Order: sequence, then C-alpha cells, then structure tokens
Amino acid sequence: MEQSIASARKPNFLKKIVQSFGSFVIDDIKGLGDFALFTIKFFYWSVKPPFRVKLGFDQLFFIGNKSVFIVCLTGAFTGMVMAYQMYYGSKLISMDTFVGPIVSMSLARELSPVLTGLIVAGRAGAAMAAQIGTMKVTEQIDALEVMGVDANQYLAVPRILAGTIALPILTIIHGFVGNLGSYLIGTKVLGIDEVMYFSKLSQLMFLEDFFQGIIKAFFFGFIIACIGTYHGFSVSGGAEGVGKGTNLAVVWGMITVLVVDFFLTSFLVHIL
Amino acid sequence: MENAVEVINLTKRFGEHTVLDNLNFNIVRGKITTILGFSGAGKSTLMKHILGLLKPTSGMLRVLDTDLSTLNRVGLREFRRNFGMLFQYAALFDSMTSFENVAFPLREFTKLNEAEIKDKGFKLLKSVGLEEISYHKLPSELSGGMRKRVGLARALALSPKIMLYDEPTTGLDPITTNMVNELIKDTTDAHKDIGLTSIIISHDVKATLKISDYVAFLDHGKIIEHRPVDEFLESKEPLVRRFLEL
Repeated sequence: MEQSIASARKPNFLKKIVQSFGSFVIDDIKGLGDFALFTIKFFYWSVKPPFRVKLGFDQLFFIGNKSVFIVCLTGAFTGMVMAYQMYYGSKLISMDTFVGPIVSMSLARELSPVLTGLIVAGRAGAAMAAQIGTMKVTEQIDALEVMGVDANQYLAVPRILAGTIALPILTIIHGFVGNLGSYLIGTKVLGIDEVMYFSKLSQLMFLEDFFQGIIKAFFFGFIIACIGTYHGFSVSGGAEGVGKGTNLAVVWGMITVLVVDFFLTSFLVHIL
Repeated sequence: MENAVEVINLTKRFGEHTVLDNLNFNIVRGKITTILGFSGAGKSTLMKHILGLLKPTSGMLRVLDTDLSTLNRVGLREFRRNFGMLFQYAALFDSMTSFENVAFPLREFTKLNEAEIKDKGFKLLKSVGLEEISYHKLPSELSGGMRKRVGLARALALSPKIMLYDEPTTGLDPITTNMVNELIKDTTDAHKDIGLTSIIISHDVKATLKISDYVAFLDHGKIIEHRPVDEFLESKEPLVRRFLEL
C-alpha cells in the first residue's frame, strides 16, 4: 500500500521539479529579452526630443560628484596595499623599483575601472532602482504617463547617459589617487628611490594602458545604469518589491561588471 | 446632450479572464459621473481604457469625439493632455515641492516663461485652497488632504477637458473626505465654461453620491445600472440596493 502511494506521488514530484526548473529558465530568458529590448529602446529614446539637459546634469552630480569621496578612499587604499604587496613580492627577485609601473598598470587596466564599477553599482545602481521603483509603486510613473510624458525617456535617458559619462571620470580619479597612494607608500615608507620610481613608470606605462581602463569604464557605466533603471521599472508590489528590485540591480550590476570585464579584456588586449 | 466619452461594445480579456464584458454607455460632457463597483469589478481597467493606457480586446472608445483606436503611441500620449487625473494617494513627485509639482506640466508642455509659470502655479495652488506657506513644502511634509489639493492643482494645470478621480476619498477622515468632495464639485463648477467633465472611480458610495450627476454601477465587467443620481438612488437592482444600503 505504502509503496503504491510512493509510486503515485513520484511523477507529481518529478513534474514539479521539471515545472519549477522550466519556469525558472523561461522567466530568466524572458527577463534577458526584456532587458535587451529596454537597452535597445534607450538609443531611440536618447535621440528623440525633448532633451532634458538639466536632468542629465543632476544625475551626473548624483552619480559622479557624490561618489568622488568613496572612490578616492578606495583608490588610495588600493594603491597603498598594492604597493606593499608588490614591493615584498618583487624584492625577492631584486626588482623593487618596478613597484610603480606594476601598480600603475594594474590600476589603469584593471583595478580602477572594476573597483569603480563595483562602487557605482552598489551606490548609484541601487539608488536608481530604488528611486524608479518607489516612483512606480506610488503611481508617480503613472502620473507622468497620464500627463503625456514618456516615463521611460524621462527617467532612464538622463540616468544612463550620466552613468556612462561619470564612470570614466571616476575611474581616472580612482587611478590618480591610487597612484598617489602607491607613490607615498613606495617612496616614503618602503624607501624606493623617487627618481627610479618615476623613471620606471615613464619607461613602462603607455597611453594604451589608460585607454583600456577608460574604455572599460565607459561600458561599465552604461551597463550599470541600464541594469539599475531596468530593475526600477520592473518593480511590482510595494516596499518588498522595491527592496527586491534594488537587490537585483546591485547583484546583477556587480556580476555583469566582472563578466563584461573578462570579455572586454580578452578583446582589448589584442587591439591595444 | 453631448457626450465626452462613448463606450461601444467594449470587451477586455486578460488571457481567459474577461474583465470588461461588452460595455455600452456614455459619459455626459460637463457633468460629474461616478463609476461605482466592488473591488475587482473592472473600474480601474475601464479608467485605463478611457486614458488609452490599455487597448480593448474588442469594441471601441470615442473620447472627445476621437476614436482612440485611430491614434498611435505618440498620438495617444499627446491626446492624454486632454486629461487631468487625481490619483488615490495624489502621486505627487516626492523630490519636488508643491509648487514644482504644479509647475512640472507647465514647464513640460507650455512655452510660458518662469515668471508666468510662477504666477500660474501660485494661482492654481490658491484656487484649491492651499496657503502660501505650503507652496514650497515637499509632499512628505504635507497632510493627506493637502496632498490631494496639490494633486488636483497639478491635474488642472493644463486646463484638461476631462478630470479623472481615482478613489479620491479612500483612506481619508470624514472631514477631509467632505473637503475633497467639495473640491471636486467646485472644480467642475468653476470650469463649466470649458465643459469640464469629471469621472470619479470609487466604491465609497456615500461620499461620492452627494456630488455626482450620473452614476454607473459596474459589476463583473458589466454596467448593471447607469442613471442620473436621483434615479439611481431609487434603483430596483438587488446588487445596487445592497450597495446603497451598506
């Protein structure tokens, strides 16, 4: 009797597993498709008047100016830590004078764009999703639509453009402060000769290294802002929905930065 | 009588679920019409059709003599400027002050300069009974009643031909409810010259019947009663009677 009950339940259990896996896959593919459409539509919205320049500058101030402190802080400590690590590593093979270019190259090509991207995803990406999500659940987006304002264009375009412009600038600031931290630790604390430090730096650092980082930052800024705004518009329900949307914006923003970084690196190392 | 809205054989289905079922009724221009019904009766879906935010599965809507099905996305967006809407919780932009909320549609859609916008914005806020001290306050600093007033001033900014009120008195205390009702009545009367049509979506029967000229009762996607308010009060429809006697 028990065996027959167990065998009767088995197909249901399997069916449920297949169903939940299937709906998970379908939902994810649908979400990816919606996001791709949203991103494509952005290009149409951004060339269609009216052009809201003031809103763009407001967002640039929010994403850029208000992230400067945290970017500087992260940059300084990254540069200082890197200088320590590189110094003790390179000293083993008597190449401690190479600390400057190694840290500088790491920052320019990789650390500055990626760390700045992660900071902006956590700070501005989350804020974008939360702001737009709150506007959605409190009917502010409906109010825009009823007035005849294209809510997608009004809210998404200034944020995405500002994110795309702000991240390269923040990356440059991060790199500059990181180099400053590395220089201070390398020359003033670890005793590397200043002249050697700068001489190696000028010998081994090229403009291409900086370009690689800036190109990456440009893509990261665009992607983070797209993900933040998309998850804001996708919010449903009340406060719980806003929390979920914000969480998704941060998680996907950070993951995407790391994944896109790999593909961009493998492409850029061949052309730069 | 001239109609502001004509609903002709309107049906809306979401999948298998029929939300609006072959509706036929008109909303008279220059009057206050209340659409009553239980939660889930299809009131909000009907309102979204009137605004052109949803497309019917079949049937049509003629609003201000325009067949909405003939308008494309951009045309619909422009057409919506004929509407003003007061949302249930006012839906004020929370990063803007009362004045900025009212100035928003003026800045977006008119060529008025800043001095003219300030003048018109202040006049609108004054017309809905707000004192100057609240003009530069954020929505979070205003009471529920004050927010409704700002929402109404914002909705009236572009001189709409149709005003929609979504559950305007839900969640308000009796005094504020009365105030909002008077405001709706006064607003409609004050704009009689342009034939402002007011449509109230509500389930608050006592609050809205006092000010309505016509009442339509929606149940399970069908209009089961649509009459002038005094006739509606005498309705023999069992469901309407139950609703009125609540």
